[in-house]
Amino acid sequence: MQVNENKEFEPVIVAFCCNWCSYAGADLSGTNRLNYPTNVKIIRVPCSCRVNPMFILRAFQRGADGVIICGCHPGDCHYTSGNYYARRRITLLYSMLDYLGIERNRTRLEWVSAAEGAKFAETMQKFTADVKKLGPNRRLEDLRCRKQ
Amino acid sequence: MNKNLQEQIIRSSGVNVLKCMRCGKCSGTCPSYGEMEYHPHQFVYMVERGEIEPLLKSESLYKCLTCFACVERCPRNVEPAKVVEAVRLAAVRQQGNNHLTPAQIPDMLDDDLPQQAIVTAFRKYTK
Amino acid sequence: MQRIGVFVCHCGTNIAATVDVKAVAEALGHEPGVVISQDYQYMCSESGQNLVKNSIKEHNLTGVVVCSCSPRMHENTFRKAAAAAGLNSYMVEIANIREQCSWIHKDIATATEKAIILGKAAVAKVHLNAPLTAGESPVVKRALVIGGGIAGIQTALDIAEAGFDVDIVEKNPTIGGKMAQIDKTFPTLDCAACILTPKMVEASQNEKIHIHSFSEVADVKGFVGNFTVKIKKKARFVDETKCTGCGLCTEKCPMKKVPNEFNMGLDNRTAIYIPFAQAVPKVATIDPNYCMMLKNGKCGVCSKVCSVGAIDYKQEDRIIEEKYGAIIVATGFNPIKLDKYDEFAYNQCADVVTSLELERLMNAAGPNGGTLLRPSDKTHPHTIVFVQCVGSRCDDSKGKPYCSKICCMYTAKHAMLIREKYPDTEVYVFYIDVRTPGKNFDEFYRRAVEQYNVHYIKGMVGKVTPKSDGKIDVQASDLLANEQLHINADMVVLAAAIEPDKTARPLATMLTTQMDTNDFFTEAHPKLRPVESATAGIFLSGACQGPKDIPETVAQASAAAAKAIGLLCKNSITCNPCVAHSNELMCNGCSSCEKVCPYGAITYVDKEFRMPDRTTAIRRVASVNPAVCQGCGACTVACPSGAMDLNGFSNSQIMAEVDAICK
Repeated sequence: MQVNENKEFEPVIVAFCCNWCSYAGADLSGTNRLNYPTNVKIIRVPCSCRVNPMFILRAFQRGADGVIICGCHPGDCHYTSGNYYARRRITLLYSMLDYLGIERNRTRLEWVSAAEGAKFAETMQKFTADVKKLGPNRRLEDLRCRKQ
Repeated sequence: MNKNLQEQIIRSSGVNVLKCMRCGKCSGTCPSYGEMEYHPHQFVYMVERGEIEPLLKSESLYKCLTCFACVERCPRNVEPAKVVEAVRLAAVRQQGNNHLTPAQIPDMLDDDLPQQAIVTAFRKYTK
Repeated sequence: MQRIGVFVCHCGTNIAATVDVKAVAEALGHEPGVVISQDYQYMCSESGQNLVKNSIKEHNLTGVVVCSCSPRMHENTFRKAAAAAGLNSYMVEIANIREQCSWIHKDIATATEKAIILGKAAVAKVHLNAPLTAGESPVVKRALVIGGGIAGIQTALDIAEAGFDVDIVEKNPTIGGKMAQIDKTFPTLDCAACILTPKMVEASQNEKIHIHSFSEVADVKGFVGNFTVKIKKKARFVDETKCTGCGLCTEKCPMKKVPNEFNMGLDNRTAIYIPFAQAVPKVATIDPNYCMMLKNGKCGVCSKVCSVGAIDYKQEDRIIEEKYGAIIVATGFNPIKLDKYDEFAYNQCADVVTSLELERLMNAAGPNGGTLLRPSDKTHPHTIVFVQCVGSRCDDSKGKPYCSKICCMYTAKHAMLIREKYPDTEVYVFYIDVRTPGKNFDEFYRRAVEQYNVHYIKGMVGKVTPKSDGKIDVQASDLLANEQLHINADMVVLAAAIEPDKTARPLATMLTTQMDTNDFFTEAHPKLRPVESATAGIFLSGACQGPKDIPETVAQASAAAAKAIGLLCKNSITCNPCVAHSNELMCNGCSSCEKVCPYGAITYVDKEFRMPDRTTAIRRVASVNPAVCQGCGACTVACPSGAMDLNGFSNSQIMAEVDAICK
């Protein structure tokens, strides 16, 4: 979380993008110069199935305000079934976060193909706006991890 | 004045006139083609160019049957009939510009004229 | 402790315009472990790479971070540079500050801040990188071509020429594809069969080419260099090894009312048939939907007249399994169905035909022996109207959004051929644009207009109405004359859009290749890698990748063959070293990882372990085959004990990146 006096709250958003589809889609939106907010920082993973729910919880622990996971469309996974596993895991994660009282809109799973540069930019814009509305993530943040 | 009118017509029609690829299928399908001075494909083109004045003064506005064949057949989903309707409304909504008055109806009546035609005519030609 | 070098690229003004590269280099220089941090104009250039190599040697670097364009562009470039300087290639990480930073953000302050954060994440990751060595896996020196049209045939011929074995799998009883159905080809007006059949014969006689006709791909497993494919050879009910193609059975077969697919249903064939005279292989096939013997047990005439006893009513589909190093997809195209275009009365009137049907009507081997006659009453047509762009360039749900590319040219060809053969026939072509991009194409179209007097009218046909006197009323707009025309036509020809073959999508799922929303296979890069798919070892040839005419198809087929040959001529290929590995001491043998692996790369082995009390115990632990593992990471998340981890994207690396971003 970046809290600057007199400045608007800017959420920290971590995006996990699969190398084959969504990372390429992110590159395409860059090639087409489509804007999205600087709050979004992308971590490249080989497949959306590489994303362990622990990484998402860690991100929240360290002060992220929103986490989005992007993968290939169902049926198009480069590794055949990776995105199906991701889908199941994130569904369970949503349940758990719900139980913990974390707002549903802080986490998102989105399918973006390598040809969908515009969709990637739009998704990031919408997600950032949604998370901004929710305000800083207080519930899961570990104060010991905050920058001194 | 013209720019505002053009924007107003485009907005009220809900049509993106830039999608037109000038194929002419709308005019090829139009059953009223022979009666009209400006044909459906010209309506779309002239609205895009902002030449609204000649369209407002033209009788073609009232020859359109709103059969929507052009909407059905247009490969680009441009919906020319909505452009024509938008221009027609712009004309009719000006003060004192109703194209049809109740006084004109008795002369037009005949046994074959369905009730619905009168209702539709008032919807299209008056404000 | 790592000694890390950071290099921030300006990329000319691509990065430097919106990111303060000097500030980024400065900020990253303060990160723990970074011994040198500098910026440079073009890191990917030779001098940029030399800068990296020299820094590695001079400062004894153990890790390199390059802040530049996307790793998908230049990760390999910098990996090679590091290897050349004696540093393991996998000690290099790229921070994407161009496509994912400088190109999308306009405000310099926030863009620079983001670039610094991305750089810190890369530095954090490199701290935890371990040197990796790529393994090698063998390459099976055999290629599979799926589809036996001109694209598949050309590819197979080129691969065989290079000395490798090739299998062609074709779902129809004969190879040849759409080109076999074409009469003449543009712009040369060569007879299609005359130029195709020598290639078909060459393919069948080449020792290295094996044709599996009337067969389909049933299953694909494996990875580049080592594909295992199951091919279903459908039952023809004729023994291919015995049949001589004499055709006697087709003459004697009493069931003569089967719609002939080769002539687009415009005439009939028999239940036992050879698709066309030049079919390869020249072997009869029985259609089980119409054969009276197969359906009711009656008849059997063909087996009685067959002099070599090739008929086998008991034949069954069989599956064969074969290994291949490379797979080339050449599944081709079909014209779309015109059910949603009732305005053209295609289903209502027999004299409204598609261009492919017209091709058959004009062909000497077609239903009328080459004389163009109206399908309804077999009379000579005096007026023919061609309608372009039926179902192409559409922005609605009825048609395809793309231009089908070949229709302007083949309509000009049809128009010219008709005018030449029947000077009394008037020909009208209603067009939106005339697209003639190839060599000698525009000159060809101008000949149709200027020399053969084909009436090209800019406008569109709105409605086609069959009349009671057998003629057809065509209502169309002429945009240049500003008129609505009514033409009294004898035939109407629709240039229907083309779409990929319906088997393409299930095939893409089997191959794990990507397709776009129009079912065309997606190439690895639209400009620079048009014949490879994103999946290694799968190449694309012909219209399955996008609409194209014959010259382009042949060019692409040879290009795909060249790429496949480049793969097959290697004795082994380097594997991806970013594979999973299991920590034996933590593994409890639960099998969760084995179950989720899409490639079957994980097996369980019994291993001996020394216990604390000096006895030996045998435990069942996971073992990953590094040649088969593709590095997806599904197993790492499934592992409940955290024993499984992924090289190059380990748990600690990803968490370090998360920490760096969230700080």
